[in-house]
Amino acid sequence: MITVDPGTYVQLLALVQNSIIAAAVLGIVGGLIGVFVMQRDMAFAVHGISELSFAGAAAALLLGLNVVGGSIVGSLIAAALIGVLGAKARDRNSIIGVLMPFGLGLGILFLALYPGRSGNKFGLLTGQIISVDLPQLGLLIGISIVVLVSLLVVWRPLAFDSLDAEVASARGVPSRALSILFMTLLGLTVAVSVQIIGALLVMALLVTPAAAALRVSSSPVMVPVLSMVFGLVSAVGGILLAIGGSLPISPYITTISFAIYVVCRVLGARKGAVR
Amino acid sequence: MTNASTASGPAAEGQPVLSIRGGALRVRDRVLWSGLDLDVRPGEFIAVLGGNGTGKTSLLRAMLGERKLDEGTVLVDGHAAHRGHRRIGYIPQQKIAAPGTPLRGRDLVALGVNGTRWGPPISTRADRQRVDALLEAVGAQAYADRPLGSLSGGEQQRLRVAQSLADDPTLLLCDEPLMSLDLNHQRAVSELIDARRREHGTAVVFVTHDINPVLGMVDRVLYLAQGRFTVGTPDEVLRDDVLSRLYGTPVEVFRSRGRVIVVGVPETEHHHEVIA
Repeated sequence: MITVDPGTYVQLLALVQNSIIAAAVLGIVGGLIGVFVMQRDMAFAVHGISELSFAGAAAALLLGLNVVGGSIVGSLIAAALIGVLGAKARDRNSIIGVLMPFGLGLGILFLALYPGRSGNKFGLLTGQIISVDLPQLGLLIGISIVVLVSLLVVWRPLAFDSLDAEVASARGVPSRALSILFMTLLGLTVAVSVQIIGALLVMALLVTPAAAALRVSSSPVMVPVLSMVFGLVSAVGGILLAIGGSLPISPYITTISFAIYVVCRVLGARKGAVR
Repeated sequence: MTNASTASGPAAEGQPVLSIRGGALRVRDRVLWSGLDLDVRPGEFIAVLGGNGTGKTSLLRAMLGERKLDEGTVLVDGHAAHRGHRRIGYIPQQKIAAPGTPLRGRDLVALGVNGTRWGPPISTRADRQRVDALLEAVGAQAYADRPLGSLSGGEQQRLRVAQSLADDPTLLLCDEPLMSLDLNHQRAVSELIDARRREHGTAVVFVTHDINPVLGMVDRVLYLAQGRFTVGTPDEVLRDDVLSRLYGTPVEVFRSRGRVIVVGVPETEHHHEVIA
């Protein structure tokens, strides 16, 4: 839905250059951590964390503090609660189910009290391109890089713990420490994602790409690579389409990401039928 | 306690790989067993028998260093058992991998080879060769590249054996490795384990509720029941008088076509009909 001429589009592109970089980094990190989200069966936790992240961001907006900082605080509180109280999958789901509406409710309360522009309010829930200023953008990219590097360092033990916990523990993999670290990294990634795509739609970057990749491959190399590519294409593609139109960014990202998933599902089903 | 002998079995020679002294396990106030002394020597195959709730798996977890016994010591290679011991191989109770598990057969084995290594997940040529050698050793090359979740229980369990041998263990701990396998796969998997200990002198502790699949292989049996235990060769332990004393109630042992059937085990033990 391009409503501007090519010249204006290039000018807009320059304006949102930093956002594109942030989205690219986020697409890659979201795709990577998504692989572990799927392995550890934590898709619902992503949603739960994002609602508290939204509450944190809304509180920061109301109090005139750093929105990204507020978002991170909310994320980490949720990640810690889910990590500590929800060691077992069943406990975890009920705790998330309890936390999620509470977080969303708090966030809506803070936004209702916030006297500022309403565009900012909506953006936290459904995403926005140019809502974050330059220093915040730097912060987002910095956090993404920290998550990326941490994941690469713990990759194998974390995968071992996620996929084969009993043997991993017998072999001396520090499951508890890894679990805490993973929840922290997940919290940070969610906080970053909320800034770009909004709290309600975080799963489109943290779950959908990995879920799509798993449909077409079981290889521990191909799944993360595909997931990263899918995340990157969705995030950057979404922004490139959004700046030419008048619609918010999220529908573009979620639609691309969903389309990739559908294609992978069809391909995966074909492959399964042949096998 | 009937017989706490630590007499060595036929294959036993050299310093014990595993040594338990004065081992006791309690659940709240109930004593599951106490005064357990056990030495397992290189190449020895020990079956740990008993019903549910007799502390078989807890004993194994103590050997793995994942829990402490309530009393006594567990030494592996002469040192107190600790988590992550390099020379212990472990085959867990069988859990079938769900369809969609993002692993192929060879990846499960690779976790055994380099799953505890930190740093970027780039596998070296040596790692890949090790995985190939392990796959070959258990005859799993044919389905090594298929998704784990699409493999049968027997195929998955062969891969588990390969995974457990990754670090060339001196002690192999198996927790009901044959559960829910059909007879052919039971034989195939137990023969793999038996071959390993014969060819490499790996000691084997094999927790099971049914000794029949491994009856021809075990050197000694550790039989847990009724807060007591007894240790000895299958012929010494699987007898009417010994098991009747252990259970404190008349028990009969029948042998038929190379299989052993124990009849009259008290209901409270939750045994299978055929236990030993």
